Parts: sequence; structure tokens; C-alpha cells
Amino acid sequence: MSSAENTAAAAAGEPGLAQRLGERRGAALALALGALVFIIGMIVPLFGARWVNDVIAVIAAGFAVHGALSLYDVQQRAPQWYLLSLVVVTGFLAIAYHSGLSPTDAGGLAFSLGDALSSGAGSWTQMTINGLAMGLLIFIMASGMTLTFGLMGVLNLGHSAFITIGAYVLMTFLVSDWGRGLSGAESVVANVGLLALVVLVALVIAGVVGLLFERLIVKPVYDNHLKQILVTVGGGIIITQLIIAISGPNEVQLNQPATLSGSFIVGPVVVETFRLVAVAVGAAIFWGMLRVINRTKVGILIRAGVQSTEMVEAMGYRIKMLFIAVFMAGSALAAVGGVFWGLYDTLIHPEIGGLRLFQIIIVIIIGGLGSITGCFFGALLLGLLSNYVGFVAPEVAEFSSIALMVAVLMWRPQGLIPVIRM
Amino acid sequence: MAEPLLRLEGVHTHIGHYHILHGVDLTVPEGELTMLLGRNGAGKTTTLRTIMNLWKASQGRITFGGNDITQTPTYELAKSGMAYVPEDMGVFHLLSVRENMELAARSGPIDPDRLEWVVGLFPALKKFWTKEAGTLSGGQKQMLSIARALIEPRKLMLVDEPTKGLAPAIINELVGAFQQLKETHTTVLLVEQNFNFAQALGDSVAVMDDGVVVHTGAMADLAADEALQTRLLGLSLDSHQ
Ligand SMILES: Nc1ncnc2c1ncn2[C@@H]1O[C@H](COP(=O)(O)OP(=O)(O)O)[C@@H](O)[C@H]1O
Ligand SMILES: [Mg+2]
Repeated sequence: MSSAENTAAAAAGEPGLAQRLGERRGAALALALGALVFIIGMIVPLFGARWVNDVIAVIAAGFAVHGALSLYDVQQRAPQWYLLSLVVVTGFLAIAYHSGLSPTDAGGLAFSLGDALSSGAGSWTQMTINGLAMGLLIFIMASGMTLTFGLMGVLNLGHSAFITIGAYVLMTFLVSDWGRGLSGAESVVANVGLLALVVLVALVIAGVVGLLFERLIVKPVYDNHLKQILVTVGGGIIITQLIIAISGPNEVQLNQPATLSGSFIVGPVVVETFRLVAVAVGAAIFWGMLRVINRTKVGILIRAGVQSTEMVEAMGYRIKMLFIAVFMAGSALAAVGGVFWGLYDTLIHPEIGGLRLFQIIIVIIIGGLGSITGCFFGALLLGLLSNYVGFVAPEVAEFSSIALMVAVLMWRPQGLIPVIRM
Repeated sequence: MAEPLLRLEGVHTHIGHYHILHGVDLTVPEGELTMLLGRNGAGKTTTLRTIMNLWKASQGRITFGGNDITQTPTYELAKSGMAYVPEDMGVFHLLSVRENMELAARSGPIDPDRLEWVVGLFPALKKFWTKEAGTLSGGQKQMLSIARALIEPRKLMLVDEPTKGLAPAIINELVGAFQQLKETHTTVLLVEQNFNFAQALGDSVAVMDDGVVVHTGAMADLAADEALQTRLLGLSLDSHQ
């Protein structure tokens, strides 16, 4: 961006006082109107069908939350936080409303604030944990793909095969005799030790396969997007077929390690232990990645290379080495994601990775191709939204991710946090 | 005469189907500041990019310190002591000023004495040390780009139109910085359109037109000969001021 554009952008970002007052008034109005409709819906559910009231409540709640956030300019200043707050708070209001609404003996509908607060809050907490677990796992699986695109301009559609590799390493260990012993033991040390070993093996295998994949399949087609798509899809199919040849085509049902499975109850909330584990692991990996990206020389090089590989090279760094390192690390991370997704889903089959590809692509597009932070927020948004929607209206849960992507792209065609110019 | 630090002999460059450089002959003597002048589109940027091997020379020979570097990859050239300040400055927008400088200090942590000297040339950088480089003004970005090139001792600096789009006050600041740099006898090849800037700094000069070097000599001689200036550079250069 030229300095002239910068100045222009800065000027556009600082509207006059009158305009700002106008925006504030609009935001306050949205907040008031949305809240009003929502409260009316609570006092007298206006419509006969429950879902109609739900839809109106969601829209009114969303409108009010949007108004509240706009009062503080969150939308412009931090689009990712705006969307996340919008989804989380609206999700809470929608779930609470849904939980508070019930049929009366007279055949109508009644709203109970008590139900809304107790059962609604419980369900929302549960859905939030599920959404975070799902979002963080998708982030781990997606991060390599977005970096590969940002740095090398390669959209690796074979990326999902590395998820499958991770899931099958997990499966191989968990069905072996001694693995079953360690996994079934009521010992945190045995369970976690086993998983640590699984993760290590998955990292190594996926890293090595990633190296071969980059050298043999991706390298010849740098700079040719059409060929990349065909060739990486083909590469992914080859890996998946190899996995089938080694482990067979059948689905395998796994048991989660004893101390990490089951659930516990806190107040009105039933929490599955493994989802908390997934949240913790996902958060730890995100934290580690941020540290590498923000604090190490390799991380600085990656961020610089996403902008200009040429200038990185002109400063004396061998970009090819960086490409290979990032490709290997991204593949290895996908496999780690696959290990935990396998534990989360518990059903292992050859398409376990392929089925995630769709969500991964949505997440990296929402985030802004090449952006790690964007990918993180995109994954959280997708995970939370699909769980909230899945609770209130399971019929449209599948559709929610696509709707999210369309909405984000209409608002910001380059994604939430664009890092590369296209 | 001593062997020049950099020598281009009959260098041709193609970009895609376009034949841009048609046999460039150019020498850059060690310890001097050589100005590369020429009208817009003459091939100055292409020459610098060809030296850095960002475009491949399709014919001809480039030597650096006596070694043939025509085929040497860009990163090796940088390692062997060339620093490149591109026309668009090549500043990493999403990195802080500090991180930009840390990347430029290839061989390890930034040498504090060297940093003090560089910041002495461009005091504004200290103020923006932790800011994202994308938030700097055009002049500050140019200073950052030059500071990056200077943060380690280099054998040769290639600088492409540093004054482009900058206000006169900032151009004066740059003149001051380059004058101080000249006292260290760093070899510089500097592309310029601004004749006053070139005149203030250049030891020798080469003028390009249509993908070849059409004149070489001392900067002072060209500065003294207005007829020659008009013939080689047209009137467009002075109107820049
Ligand atoms: N990427 C490119 N593709 C095609 N032609 C180019 C490209 N870059 C430069 N040129 C052409 O090469 C010629 C020389 O350009 P350049 O070296 O940038 O000139 P200068 O820096 O002297 O203004 C111009 O005619 C320009 O149009
Ligand atoms: Mg130029």
C-alpha cells in the first residue's frame, strides 16, 4: 500500500463529529429496538409456532448485540472480536430464549425466565465448550494450509490427507494390545504417556510424508494454480489409498483413554472430559504457535515471507528452506489435529480428513488466506456457531458455516484479517 | 586502474517475452557512489534486479569482486555482502520496525554500536521502533529500508530511487544521511531521477536509455554540462525538483 493510500485510509477511518454522532445514535437505536422486540417475545410469545418465535428472538438479539458493539466501534476496529462477541452473546440469548419457551397445557406457548436462566445457561456453557473444542481442533488442522497458501501461494487440497494420517496413527496404537492396555488403564500417566507417544509418531510420519509431498508433488507446480489443484488433490488421494492399503477400508470405533473419557457435572452443566482436554490442547498449541510466529526468527521470516518472498531472499535467506520447513510443520500439525479429532469423533475411517476439508477451507477463507490469527478466529467462529445453531435449530446447522462464510465475505471480501494482497 | 567492485558486460535481460536490457556495460568502482540516471522506463530498475538475480540475465556477464555472479542465487548475493533497497522499499508492513531491522541483521543479534550509528542517521526510527512498519509514512519507510541495508557492514549497496515521492525536507535528510555514509567509503550504486540529489552525492555517473548505458563519466562533468544533460536526460529530470 502506498503512503498516499495510507493517508487516505486514515482519513476515512476518522469521520467527522457529526457523522460519529449519527453512527452512535443508529447503534443506540438498534440496541433499543432489538432489546424491545426480544423482551416482548419473552413476555408474550407472539406466534403459534415455536420456531417462528425462535427466529424472531435470534434476529432481535443479534440486532441488539450488534447495536451494543457498534456503540464502541468494535466492528471497525477489531472485526474478529466483533464477530466473536456477536456470535457468543447472541448465541447465549438465543439458547436462553429457546430453553425458556415451552408449550402450555392450553396449547399455546409460555416463556419462563427461570428455565431460560438455569437450563439455558447450562446448555450454552456446554455448547460453548463443544464449540471451542471443535474450533480449536479445526484451527490446528487448518493452520498449516493457510500458511502454505500465504507463504508459497499453494492451495494444498491434499492437506486433509495428513489429518487422516494422524487419525490412523492413533487408531493403530489404540487397537494394538499394549496400546489398549495403556489406554484402558485408569491412570493419567499411562493415558497421557500413550497419547504423547501417538502424537510424536504422528508428527514424525506426517513430517516425513510432508517433505516427500512437497518435493515430489508440490515443487514442480509452484506458480501454476490450476495444476496445483489437480496435483494436490491427486497427492491426497494417493496418501488416502496407501492408508487404506495398510489399514483396510473399514470404519473402526475407538474408546477414548479411560481417564480422559466420560463426563462430569458442574451445577446444571454436563461436561464431557475429552472436550475440555481438546480445548486445553488446542489452546496450548495455539499459544505455542503464536510464540514461534511472534518471537522467533523463523516466525518473523514466515510473516515477512507471506508479504514478499522476494525481499526475504534479497536479505540473504533461502526461501526454499523456509517453504519446506513450513510445509513439513503444517503437515505435522494437521496430523496432530487428526489424532485429537480421531479421539473426539471416535469413529476412524479413510475419509475422516477429507470430511474436514470443507470446514477448513471455510475457516481459512473467513480468516483471510495466509493469516494465522484470522484462521484462529475463523475456526472459533465456525465451531461456536455450528454448535449454537445445532442446539437451537439442528436442521440448519450444516448450513450455518456456509452462511457464516458468505456473510463475512460480503462484509470483508479479503477475510477478517487479510495479510496478502491478491 | 583498479578492478571495479562490480562489472556488467553486455548484459541482456528478458522479462517474459519482452527484451528489456540490450547489452548493459557498467562498472561500479570500489568505495565510491555511482549514480545510475536515465528517463523513466530506461531500464534502471531492471538493471538492479538483474544484478540481484531477481531477473535472470539472458546473456552477458556480471562480476562482483572479480567473481562471476551471473548465476549466483539472490540469497547468496545478499550473504556475500550486497544490500538491495528496492524501488517500492520492500518494507515488511506487518512486522515492527524492530523486526524489520532484526531480519536485516542476518548474522545474529543487532550490533548495538552499529545500530546507534544507523539511528543517528535516521533518528525517527528510534521513535517508531516497536510500531508496525505499515503505519510509517513514505519517508519513514524509505529510511527504514535504507537503515535495514546499513545495519550490517556491506560491500555494495544497490538503492533504487530513494527520493521517489518524498517531500523536499525529507530528501534533504536523505542527502545528509548518504553524505555521512560516503565518509565510510561504502560502495553504492544509486538509481535516481532527481538530478539535484544525484549531483549532490554522485562521484561517477552512468546514464541509461532504452536498455543500454549511453554515457559514463564523472558526476561533476555531467553536472557542469547542461547541453549534455538535456541530450541524455531530457528536461523531465529538473522539473522533478
Ligand atoms: N515486470 C515487467 N514486465 C514487462 N515489462 C516490464 C516489467 N518491468 C519493467 N518492464 C519494462 O521494462 C522497461 C524498463 O523498466 P524499468 O527497469 O523499471 O525502468 P526504470 O527503472 O528505468 O524506470 C520499461 O519499458 C518497462 O515497461
Ligand atoms: Mg525504476
